[in-house]
Amino acid sequence: MFGAAIIVLRETFEAALLIGIIAAATRAIAGRGRWIAAGILAGLAGAGVVAVLTGQIAALFEGVGQELFNATVLGVAVILLGWHNIWMSAHGTELAAGARRVGQDVTEGRRQLSAILIVIALAVLREGSESALFLYGLLSSGENSGYAVASGGVLGLLAGAALGLLLYAGMLRIPMRWFFSVTSTLILLLAAGMASRMAAFLIQADVLPGLINPVWDLSMVLPVDSAIGVLMHALIGYDAAPAGTQVVFYAVTFLTILAGMWRVRRPLPIAAV
Amino acid sequence: MRRILLSLALIPCLAFAAGLDYTLTIRDHRFEPAELRIPAGKKIKLTVDNQDASAEEFESHDLNREKVVPAKSKAVLHIGPLKPGRYSFVGEFHEKTAKGAIVAE
Repeated sequence: MFGAAIIVLRETFEAALLIGIIAAATRAIAGRGRWIAAGILAGLAGAGVVAVLTGQIAALFEGVGQELFNATVLGVAVILLGWHNIWMSAHGTELAAGARRVGQDVTEGRRQLSAILIVIALAVLREGSESALFLYGLLSSGENSGYAVASGGVLGLLAGAALGLLLYAGMLRIPMRWFFSVTSTLILLLAAGMASRMAAFLIQADVLPGLINPVWDLSMVLPVDSAIGVLMHALIGYDAAPAGTQVVFYAVTFLTILAGMWRVRRPLPIAAV
Repeated sequence: MRRILLSLALIPCLAFAAGLDYTLTIRDHRFEPAELRIPAGKKIKLTVDNQDASAEEFESHDLNREKVVPAKSKAVLHIGPLKPGRYSFVGEFHEKTAKGAIVAE
């Protein structure tokens, strides 16, 4: 049971952190709770569908369907997160000053929240489908009772949710004047990390060359499977030994979103700080 | 003319791909062979053949690869070119037994 819980926790960990960060980042937008919940539910439903179709997806495009699917999911998430971050840097100050006005700007707020919904649904879908396959495998091997599998799954899920909540609660304690800088930096790094992961899938599918393999190797210093490595991997896309293409994807995504954020940033009224 | 040039340009790719196919079989949540030797500095195509009745996730931090292999099916991954060395991998869903390594030499 604990073995199952740990694997489910590992699979849901990244989605949980992402939800925690987004929930904190959008705290000033009215009605976000419902949209986040809807994103999680849609993701869970999608995860079930993807788990059932895994065989078919994998067989597409001469056996690299899974990589292309994951890369697409990550690519969409990167674009939406980037857009969200740019939008937030245009409206962050207003949101901090008087949250209500933007919250009542129905169309714009709703468009933002639907982007959030999709990002969350995609994260849950990607990670959830692997958990579903794993749990189904445990169940079908017959060595474990349904009760043990279910309780292991629920335990892992709860632990993941607890970590997400912890991060969320921690972020809410950040003083308001740094809050938007912290959340937008985290989302920027999250998006860049996803772009790097997307590149890794495309290299694995042999769609893109790796260029330099690897650019650096820190697996002796900070292995990705150490506790800090796992956390850094989930938060900022840390990779102990990335391929050149991954580094390029990371840098281009990072700089593009950053440039977008700078372009739209309105002069900060000192009084609002 | 352009078409001829293009097909000529593709010949090295075909030659390159030939003979560098490797297969790992998963049976009873173990990899066979547990140690796979491949040439260093070359790209290889690795087929993971899961003969078990449950899904497995091929995962290697050393190789930067992860892929779910559904029950009773095969999956293809592209690996390398690798520097000489030992690159370990696991079946994440059955980590106790499903362990192995690719040795590039």
